[in-house]
Amino acid sequence: MRKELSDACQKLKIPVGETNQNLYNGSFTIEGGNFNCAGIVSTSIKSILQKLGIPGDLVRKAAIVSYEAEINVVSYAKKAVVNLTVVPGSVNIEVIDEGPGIPNIELAMQEGWSTADQRIREMGFGAGMGLCNIKNYSDEFHISSEIGKGTHLKMIIQTP
Amino acid sequence: MKIEKIVQALELDVRCGKDYLDREVTGGYTGDLLSDVMGNAREGYIWITRQVHQNIVAVASLKELAGIILINSCQPAPDTLEKAEAEKIPVMVSGLPAFEISGQIYNLLTSAG
Repeated sequence: MRKELSDACQKLKIPVGETNQNLYNGSFTIEGGNFNCAGIVSTSIKSILQKLGIPGDLVRKAAIVSYEAEINVVSYAKKAVVNLTVVPGSVNIEVIDEGPGIPNIELAMQEGWSTADQRIREMGFGAGMGLCNIKNYSDEFHISSEIGKGTHLKMIIQTP
Repeated sequence: MKIEKIVQALELDVRCGKDYLDREVTGGYTGDLLSDVMGNAREGYIWITRQVHQNIVAVASLKELAGIILINSCQPAPDTLEKAEAEKIPVMVSGLPAFEISGQIYNLLTSAG
């Protein structure tokens, strides 16, 4: 697996350093409120992971968690930075947004709980399932939030 | 079962992705909540929905679904078709409601063994 990843990195011209074990390290930005572009970052993440030779089922898990996080940013935040770091053994996705924050994380993690407005719900978003999907499809999930500042998500998917 | 067989049996109107109808359908999922489909559909499934906006294409593409069937003659938005063609996702329209189309596809898939 390690060799396959190195080969994939060669093709992508990403240096695999001796001391730096990163196979990929990149950042993306998401613009809040723009549903026309929703999914672009997740699609890029998926394609990068495929090129790195990550197994298909794990790529799909990463696609699900990054899409749900992306939709949350588009629905509620002003903007966000997404950091994708792929190291031997794991895919790490971090989403740091500038937004209203989540007052009660425990409540927000309950399936079906949502603060989405009518416009978001009409599109089929805002069902209160996004954070649950993120939790269910990542091997490790951390969430922290500060009111008036924003929310920080970290998702880890283990790879062979 | 290939998508084209479902298209013929249910007389679906194929609105885009005509070149990808030889794709194998492994199951189906019916729903209008995007996170529900994101969490519960599986790759190769056909998705039955009444959502017509372009975000359904991202869901289908990220989940590697076989295609999308819009119910009750719902018309896809123009940018949905454009995006679906680019992402190689067939979008089809049926005049039937979700219950009937899901039942018919379920029968087709299970009788095909």
